[in-house]
Amino acid sequence: MSIAEPRVEHHPAQLAHHFEDLGQQHESANLGMWTFLATEVMFFGGLFGAFCIYRFTDPVAFAAGSHHLSVLWGTINTFVLLTSSLTMALAIHAGQTGEPKKQVRYLLLTMLMATIFLGVKASEYYEDYEKHLIPGPSFTTDLKELGLPTDVPEHTVQHTQMFFVFYFFMTGLHAFHMVIGLGVMAWMVLLARKGRFTRDYYTPLECTGLYWHFVDLVWVFLFPLLYLIDLHK
Amino acid sequence: MWDFPLFPERATEIAGKVDAVYFGELAVCVGFTALICVLILFYAIKYRKGSTASRANAVTHHLALEIAWIVIPLIISMGIFGAATVVYFEMFRAPADASEVYVLGRQWMWQIQHPGGKREINELHIPVGQPVKLMMTSQDVIHSFYIPAFRTKQDVLPGRYTSMWFQPNKVGKYHLFCAEYCGTKHSGMIGSIHVMEPADYEHWLESGTQTETLATSGAQLFKSLGCSGCHGLNATVRAPLLEGVFGHPVPLEGGSVVTADEKYIRDSILLPMSQVVAGYKPVMPTFQGRISEDELLKIIAYIKALGRNERSGQ
Amino acid sequence: MNAYAATEVEAEPSYLTAGQTIKSWLLTVDHKRIGLLYMVSITLFFFIGGAAATILRLELMTPGGDVVQAETYNKMFTAHGVVMVFFFLIPSIPAVLGNFLVPLMIGARDLAFPKLNLASWYIYMLGGAFTLWALLMGGVDTGWTFYTPYSSMFSNTQVMAAAVGVFIVGFSSIFTGLNFIVTIHKMRAPGMTWRKLPLFVWAMYATSIIQILGTPVLAVTIGLVGLERICGVGIFDPKLGGDPILFQHLFWFYSHPAVYIMLLPSFGVINEIVPCFSRRPVFGYNAMATAMMGIAVLGFVVWGHHMLVSGQSMYAGMVFSVLSYLVAIPSGVKVFNWTATLYKGSVSGDTPMLYALGFIGLFTIGGLTGLVLASLSVDVHVHDTYFVVAHFHYIMVGGAVMAYLGGIHFWWPKITGRMYPEIWGKLAALTIFIGFNLTFFPQFVLGYLGMPRRYYEYPPEFQVLNVMSTAGASILAVGYLLPLGYLLLSLWYGPVASRNPWNAAGLEWELPSPPTTHNFDEIPAAVERPYDYPLREHDRVDS
Repeated sequence: MSIAEPRVEHHPAQLAHHFEDLGQQHESANLGMWTFLATEVMFFGGLFGAFCIYRFTDPVAFAAGSHHLSVLWGTINTFVLLTSSLTMALAIHAGQTGEPKKQVRYLLLTMLMATIFLGVKASEYYEDYEKHLIPGPSFTTDLKELGLPTDVPEHTVQHTQMFFVFYFFMTGLHAFHMVIGLGVMAWMVLLARKGRFTRDYYTPLECTGLYWHFVDLVWVFLFPLLYLIDLHK
Repeated sequence: MWDFPLFPERATEIAGKVDAVYFGELAVCVGFTALICVLILFYAIKYRKGSTASRANAVTHHLALEIAWIVIPLIISMGIFGAATVVYFEMFRAPADASEVYVLGRQWMWQIQHPGGKREINELHIPVGQPVKLMMTSQDVIHSFYIPAFRTKQDVLPGRYTSMWFQPNKVGKYHLFCAEYCGTKHSGMIGSIHVMEPADYEHWLESGTQTETLATSGAQLFKSLGCSGCHGLNATVRAPLLEGVFGHPVPLEGGSVVTADEKYIRDSILLPMSQVVAGYKPVMPTFQGRISEDELLKIIAYIKALGRNERSGQ
Repeated sequence: MNAYAATEVEAEPSYLTAGQTIKSWLLTVDHKRIGLLYMVSITLFFFIGGAAATILRLELMTPGGDVVQAETYNKMFTAHGVVMVFFFLIPSIPAVLGNFLVPLMIGARDLAFPKLNLASWYIYMLGGAFTLWALLMGGVDTGWTFYTPYSSMFSNTQVMAAAVGVFIVGFSSIFTGLNFIVTIHKMRAPGMTWRKLPLFVWAMYATSIIQILGTPVLAVTIGLVGLERICGVGIFDPKLGGDPILFQHLFWFYSHPAVYIMLLPSFGVINEIVPCFSRRPVFGYNAMATAMMGIAVLGFVVWGHHMLVSGQSMYAGMVFSVLSYLVAIPSGVKVFNWTATLYKGSVSGDTPMLYALGFIGLFTIGGLTGLVLASLSVDVHVHDTYFVVAHFHYIMVGGAVMAYLGGIHFWWPKITGRMYPEIWGKLAALTIFIGFNLTFFPQFVLGYLGMPRRYYEYPPEFQVLNVMSTAGASILAVGYLLPLGYLLLSLWYGPVASRNPWNAAGLEWELPSPPTTHNFDEIPAAVERPYDYPLREHDRVDS
């Protein structure tokens, strides 16, 4: 083992004390974010799995539940979210080219898209509330309101309620992740305005972008599963 | 005080087979444990620090040895798996001539119903030398019907029937335990299995208050609940006749075929839309909420009786 | 040559003395201090879980219920399970020893994400607070397995609070795992290739993979149970269209790999101790590393062996049974390799080695009885009996706890700069070994006799074996209290430890005891092969 010698080297400001160089720090941050996303896949995956199992056991109930969702608003939201991924990618590109003004602009656009998405979601939730589709004691048991045929067993009403449990849990969890994303992006805007992201160092932007693309990807699975798959039943 | 058991009684033939598999496994466990412990002690002493044993040619790899101690345990494991699974199949497949007893588990007691109508709480009287199959369900949470002397148990679930069978070969009184934690009095949900000589069993059946058979109660329910209105011979609504149905294949709308067993009858009563018989309209109403588990058992017994009456040559 | 002699005059303070305020401890980002924070917390939870066990064993001395009420007994075994599994076993070795040692062993200055590491500890404490609150506000009586519909629709105890506590502490586990994975991938010293990694690091890596992939599923499962309790919707209740078996599948999908989270780190500790006290490199390094990774992967496909009697199809049972035998094979490989490491070595019986050898024997028994449980027909008989209880205690207590204690004793001089009294160390190890076997071996017999688990009262013929078990438990309790005493005392009265009192190989032993805050002045450029025993004599330094 070599003898200890004090190092006289220029330490870049963004380099944390425990890393050897910016490259190691950048790779670590990236791998960390990918690993975190792997845990998120397992998290949402558990819910997707349970949803699919119940849909398989009662397709009638789940189709009825799905018919209450607005395909129009869902499609609009999909478009909005996908566009936000574009603006996020452009923000990262501006990071790579070291252009703070563009970074801020695209980050703000992404945040705008996210807010629109959440606004639409909120109005969808409100509509469900008015139609007594929130699971719990206020959930309607009227067959006509639910869109179920009259000769179904009682379990079908309960299974339709279960559809909405999963709908609210999964889209709610997704929306929660978006809100966190909004917070992180706001913080990125603050850092970008101070010129923190240069050609040599835009790691936080990149990690934010990874996270955001994942949030987008979850929606790409949620939307067909919840809104589209029973469209023509 | 020292006269306590170290090994459970054996009251069925399958218990003997389970024990045989277990003893084989114990031999493997003891053998390998002894081998490892002896080797460790031996090496720790022979090669203790400062001993004069030769340390020449020590190796850190030995392909043949490493392969051996993967392959040999694998072979032994697969042997154990095979032996255990063969017995498992036998435990799972009840003989066709097994007499049936219905079990309803609830916090915190076992309600047992013989087909002849006799009811028991936490006790089960059965004749020696005859196979018995239990059809079980729970009224609330998951329980488990466990008879150590028979080496068998089965979880008892709400909303479903599960079954287990056994054929006792020794007269005696054996423990019955609930083996799935179910709340406060889980350890109080215990009882006894009484295996009796056939004569004693007959005597026991005839004693006590005479209750009507399950099937007879079922026939009355069939009328009072309105089933005969559609499923009877002079019905105005066209519904499948149930004579001879039980135990036979039933073609469904959509092309599939199912066997009319207890689950099928139960589902037809509670979820009639889920399996519509081919050629019939889906008009049967559901009885969910209008019929108790108890009554369901009686109707199923009745429909089974209809099946037996009509089966020719059996 | 002692590389530190030249700098002794301006010697940097150790990580223990650099910063003495409470704030410097509670806001530390030093992985070594965080390891110590965890050590204190998990010790506290261990004794809370142990107190619950004491009440259980006291009650079980007699067939009738005379010490506590049935409700209380049920709450005690739930508390014992929840606290021991989630707040002791799962964090223990990774969060205490892993946090402390992984950067040192790979030649790094800290973990990849030091602040996340601190956050992990606070999340752990928050989860612990919720769970303790649940226990104090009346307790939970569902068993640590929370089976539905009892837990979702029937139990009227503090299920929600306990569920929230477990949900939160899961994130601590996930973040620790994430930190280790990135650290091991990206922060190894230049010469430290994967094949030169100490096996302890491999063990942390394999454990971390399970942590990040399995724990989220537990979070979702608990979330669904919570929803069911709050909204009254029937996700797992058949009366409302749900399926209680789905809960079991989801729960065990995490909880089986969880037992490997509890076990793989133990393998890592034993892999460090046995070569050191045999003065030989570990036998079959590649097989050892591969075996641990193999267990991590295979551990994810055997969960159904907890459900062989649940009502699942017998074909599913067969698949899970076969796969369970497969996952046992790598464990067997490790036991054989440890034994072979002793061959032609130079074995000494210091306290860490006593724990390690005890581990090998007890884990072998525990693992082999797992084969009994995996066998379908025998499992029908012993499922949900004391046979299962004995099996998992042999692995978790005879295995994981012994490995943890062995590791604590092995690295104590490095962590604290003090030595513990060897005679007390040996005495405690022996007491624990004897007490443990007396406690749990009778439970194998009880299980096959048919005594179900979670039983507050039992038939009188089971009493003698239960009394034996309780007697053993009292000895075991003494065995655990001894290290608490002498390890604490050694902090003030123990002799100052040298840099490498065991003459062990490994980068951590090149550093002072205890190390400085930033570990290495210079990241090592060249790395020896691991377990380079016997070390050249002139490398041995006594101060």
